[in-house]
Amino acid sequence: MSMVDQHEENRRDFLIMATSAVGAVGVAGAAWPFIRSWSPSADVLAQATTEVDLSSIQAGQMVTVPWQGKPVFILHRTTQQIEAARKDDGDASMRDPEKDAERAKKAEWLVLLASCTHLGCVPQPIGTGEYGGFLCPCHGTHYDTSGRVRKGPAPKNLAVPHHEFKNDKTLVIGKALA
Amino acid sequence: MFKSIMAWVDERLPITEVIKSQAIEYPTPKNLNYWWNFGSLALMVLIIQLVSGIFLAMHYKPDAKLAFDAVEHIMRDVNWGWLLRYMHATGATFFFIAVYIHILRGMYYGSHRSPREILWWIGVIIFFLLMATAFMGYVLPWGQMSFWGAAVITNLMSAIPVIGEDLVVWVWGGFSVGDPTLNRFFALHFLLPFVVIGAVGVHVWALHAVHSNNPEGIDLEHKDTIPFHPYYTIKDLYGMGVFLILFCVFVFFAPNFFLEPDNYIQADPMKTPAHIVPEWYFLPFYAILRSIDFLGQMSKLVGVIAMGAAIAILFVLPFLDRSPVRSFRYRPISSKLFWIFVVDCFVLGWVGYNPADAVVLGSLPIVYVGRAATAVYFSYFFLLWFITVFKIERPLPVPKSL
Ligand code: HEM
Ligand code: FES
Repeated sequence: MSMVDQHEENRRDFLIMATSAVGAVGVAGAAWPFIRSWSPSADVLAQATTEVDLSSIQAGQMVTVPWQGKPVFILHRTTQQIEAARKDDGDASMRDPEKDAERAKKAEWLVLLASCTHLGCVPQPIGTGEYGGFLCPCHGTHYDTSGRVRKGPAPKNLAVPHHEFKNDKTLVIGKALA
Repeated sequence: MFKSIMAWVDERLPITEVIKSQAIEYPTPKNLNYWWNFGSLALMVLIIQLVSGIFLAMHYKPDAKLAFDAVEHIMRDVNWGWLLRYMHATGATFFFIAVYIHILRGMYYGSHRSPREILWWIGVIIFFLLMATAFMGYVLPWGQMSFWGAAVITNLMSAIPVIGEDLVVWVWGGFSVGDPTLNRFFALHFLLPFVVIGAVGVHVWALHAVHSNNPEGIDLEHKDTIPFHPYYTIKDLYGMGVFLILFCVFVFFAPNFFLEPDNYIQADPMKTPAHIVPEWYFLPFYAILRSIDFLGQMSKLVGVIAMGAAIAILFVLPFLDRSPVRSFRYRPISSKLFWIFVVDCFVLGWVGYNPADAVVLGSLPIVYVGRAATAVYFSYFFLLWFITVFKIERPLPVPKSL
């Protein structure tokens, strides 16, 4: 065949493109299970909640409990700590402004995901940072007595994980997944 | 006998021909200096890492409950296990020494310039793979530094807008660094060095297509070359001897010199060590990351971008440099900039090694040093482009041949 007519050439281009498109979609589809295999598995998701007995935690005391493999700080705040947090509520220099009452459902209980919002280090216990709060040792972020970022490289306040008070003595951290 | 067997093989697979043209008679510049030894040295360390790594893997257990003890088991119980591990850990350090010198050699003598851009890019890709491999390998002993180093570095991805947070969970396979993370890092740490082997193959292929650059940075005539064997086989072997002596000094007399004491404490997700330091070979990049802390909410993202850019800028280096002359031997301004750049890398490393809130020279917060050094780092690339594109630098006369 010495001459390929216009019709033949268009037809061939179309076949090559159609075959490539089917191949690309197929490869993408086949890749999906492999990609998803990296997402948290069922047993990891099953560790969604942690129950904590609050009765033994005195005012001013802080405990660290594991939740989903991460530490959670539970601080039984003193009145001074609550006052210090509320007093700064309107501070204009706050990087991630939030009211203390929005963070602590019950003023005396502060529940924080102890994972620095900079790069995930565990901050040191209450009283180590300026503002009477928490100091992250890794790159020097200071959080106040409400866990709000006040100084250092972290962009956001310490997260408050979803939590509910089952009764006066029991705290449930996390949400049970259906 | 051997001859007739080889003749039989050669008819079916031309091995003799390839070895002869690519390794024996292969024309090589006659004036290569010792900085040209570091390619073969890197290859030697790669082989050391492969062999020691495969034998370590036969005793290691990639499980968050077992990994730390498995490494202690290798150290105490496995016959010669301490040697396997110390060779492997020291090997990582020597790999980076060889590769950094190899890269700087290329930058000084203009080895990335036309027609060697692809050769250079494959080298940068190998460097990326090497960093990923070393990072994941360091996680495997599952000590405090392993764990928190992994936590900090994987958390960098959370700076990516929109998808960042989900991406980190996906990489972890959980809500924090944990068993799934360790398991997949082990699989990748096993795999990537073999990808590196493949990339090295292409690197050498590209090299043999365009041939070696040389200290004068000029295109050579055939009379300026000598056969690879015996001239460079012997020189490479000599270099390996010297390099191995240094390697052995550390393996046998200071095996923990580059390791962190904190990594002999088992990983504890509830407690961060007071001062997290990455391995020395990541320190300059870590310093760049941390020195961007003045942009409020954007600091984290910009820090990550700056750190990535510090490496990625190597990709465009061949196009930044517009001088008609390759070698810095004949470039009075570029060569000075180069040495400032080298010193600056050490300064960045020193900043990265210190705690972020350290104060130096009396009352100077170290972060200011870090910011200045970061600026100098990027200025090198800008100035190299600037002085060559506007012909500010007057190159010295370059010889036509050797
Ligand atoms: C590109 C080459 C490689 C580099 C740069 C590298 C780097 C590292 C590093 C830095 C460590 C941590 C050492 C320590 O602190 O103990 C490590 C551990 C380990 N590597 Fe590699 N590695 C390489 C190749 C390999 C290969 C090919 C294998 C196996 C197929 C392997 C298997 C292991 C194992 C099992 C460990 C854990 C035992 C230990 O910590 O000593 N590595 N690697
Ligand atoms: S991780 Fe806390 S300041 Fe960087």
